[in-house]
Amino acid sequence: MSKTNIATIACAAPADELFACAAPAIYAVEEYRSHFPILSEMIHGRPLVYLDNAASTQKPRMVGDAMQRLMDHDYANIHRGVHELSVRSTNKVEAARETVRRFINAERVEEIIFTRGGTESVNLVAATWGRKFLKAGDEIILTILEHHSNIVPWQMLRDEIGIVLRVVPMTEDGDIRIEDVQEAITSRTKLVAITHVSNTLGTVLPIADIIQIAHKVGAKVLIDGCQAVARMPVDVHTLDVDFYLFSAHKLYGPTGIGVLYGKYALLESMPPYQGGGGMIASVTFDKTTYREPPYRFEAGTPAITEAVGLAAAIDYVSTIGLNRIARHEDALMGMAIDQLRRINSLTIIGNPKHRAGVLSFAMKAAHPHDIGTILDRHGVAIRAGHHCAQPLMEHLGVPATARVSFGLYNTAAEVNSLARAVADVQRIFS
Amino acid sequence: MTALTTNLPDNDLRDLYQDLILDHSKRPHNFRVVDPATHDALGHNPLCGDRLSLTLRVDDKGIVSDVGFQGSGCAISVASASIMTDMLKGKTVDEAKALFSHMHAACTGTVDANASSLTITEDDEDRLQALAGVRQYPMRVKCATLAWHTMNSALSNSNKASTE
Repeated sequence: MSKTNIATIACAAPADELFACAAPAIYAVEEYRSHFPILSEMIHGRPLVYLDNAASTQKPRMVGDAMQRLMDHDYANIHRGVHELSVRSTNKVEAARETVRRFINAERVEEIIFTRGGTESVNLVAATWGRKFLKAGDEIILTILEHHSNIVPWQMLRDEIGIVLRVVPMTEDGDIRIEDVQEAITSRTKLVAITHVSNTLGTVLPIADIIQIAHKVGAKVLIDGCQAVARMPVDVHTLDVDFYLFSAHKLYGPTGIGVLYGKYALLESMPPYQGGGGMIASVTFDKTTYREPPYRFEAGTPAITEAVGLAAAIDYVSTIGLNRIARHEDALMGMAIDQLRRINSLTIIGNPKHRAGVLSFAMKAAHPHDIGTILDRHGVAIRAGHHCAQPLMEHLGVPATARVSFGLYNTAAEVNSLARAVADVQRIFS
Repeated sequence: MTALTTNLPDNDLRDLYQDLILDHSKRPHNFRVVDPATHDALGHNPLCGDRLSLTLRVDDKGIVSDVGFQGSGCAISVASASIMTDMLKGKTVDEAKALFSHMHAACTGTVDANASSLTITEDDEDRLQALAGVRQYPMRVKCATLAWHTMNSALSNSNKASTE
């Protein structure tokens, strides 16, 4: 995905038509919108403008349909029975695993572990790989941009075994500089655990370079891809990343399921996560042996219906094309930045070199929660808060920000609605 | 109440962002630390990050002789704290606690169990009703009640309040 070129998509409308610009059409967005029934909802009497996609995306009908179809025709527990329905459900879940493998270009389907979500994926690595391979004094590198889900599991491990967490700072623009990562990495570094895209500032981190640097000292790399997979193509094989994780619900899929990718040799060396059914080779009261990956990490009945929903979501975005979605969101972002900049007293937080779909802003007179309430009355849904990134908020010196985040179904007209609603905030508080 | 300029077609939002609320949020009253104080407490809403510290001086007759607050938050929470500090001066501790109970009921649309013990001036009632506009905005009720919870904690000698 290329850097957003604001100059070429700047709004050329005269001043009295400030918020009436059109972005260049990347694709026929109306057709895709028709796949999302919720987008026709009226909120406080106005059409919904859903700009909280970084928190969770809406679901196309195809996702619910696929889940319903499974429950209506094929549903049973998997890997258990010899009966027909169990076979069908097992096949569907394993087909979903293959869909995920292809989506992120993993080498082997056994490298795809289904979890409850992004948070559990990080916790799984911390609890298994972390506990087995880390010892007191070993270092983990994080960045200031991390979500709590990629901070707290490592802090819990630190308190348990005495590892050291080092935090890479950001530039004033909100970028992570490769030099600063380089400086933080030492021979004691065992893991670099960083986000692919900042959920607060939208920064795309230079993960390919960071992975190379980390591997030079023998450190492993875990990438939190929750904000990335719906916004750009991801190729774990080319990246040579050790662990990559994401959730389905930010990828137009259902809640309750996520993915952890891990290189097979690593997964094979790791102890189980939770104990229970489905993860054992044999059990006696004296000794239990565990199954091979990925099943070793999937104790208990998994999210069967949700796995099918995730596969349907991946099929959906793949049909549109992640590159096209990226270009569409880039165009909307360029427009949004251009329009919001015209509003006095509004500050866009950060100006990363490469931004994907997410933008935070603050207003001098209005607290983010007041902004959120006023926008809501305009039908515009944004997130106001700390975005589960309190260390970043502290660094920025703000208690919270207002955050706009795009999805594949947002339109130029919706960016205009956003700008008009924000102008209303300024009017109320001026 | 004068007109609130908004480009919404109706008078939506005016029940929340009334002039009284906007005035107090822009220029909060009693935004200072009372020193020496007899009572104090910290209020925190961990969900939205609003924080405020409240200091009060209660004289030997049990009357609030001075009260101040400091902190950061949204317009509703700052205005509510500012209005509350204005209202508290000259009240007895029991009257202040009864006001808390009345305010809480007004904002949540519930019945005040202690209502009979309280006589509220017309002026106070007007101000409370302005704050009670949050009733229509369930996600914002805690913004309006944070300062009041903090005051109740301070006067009950428990020095931390949280609206979570």
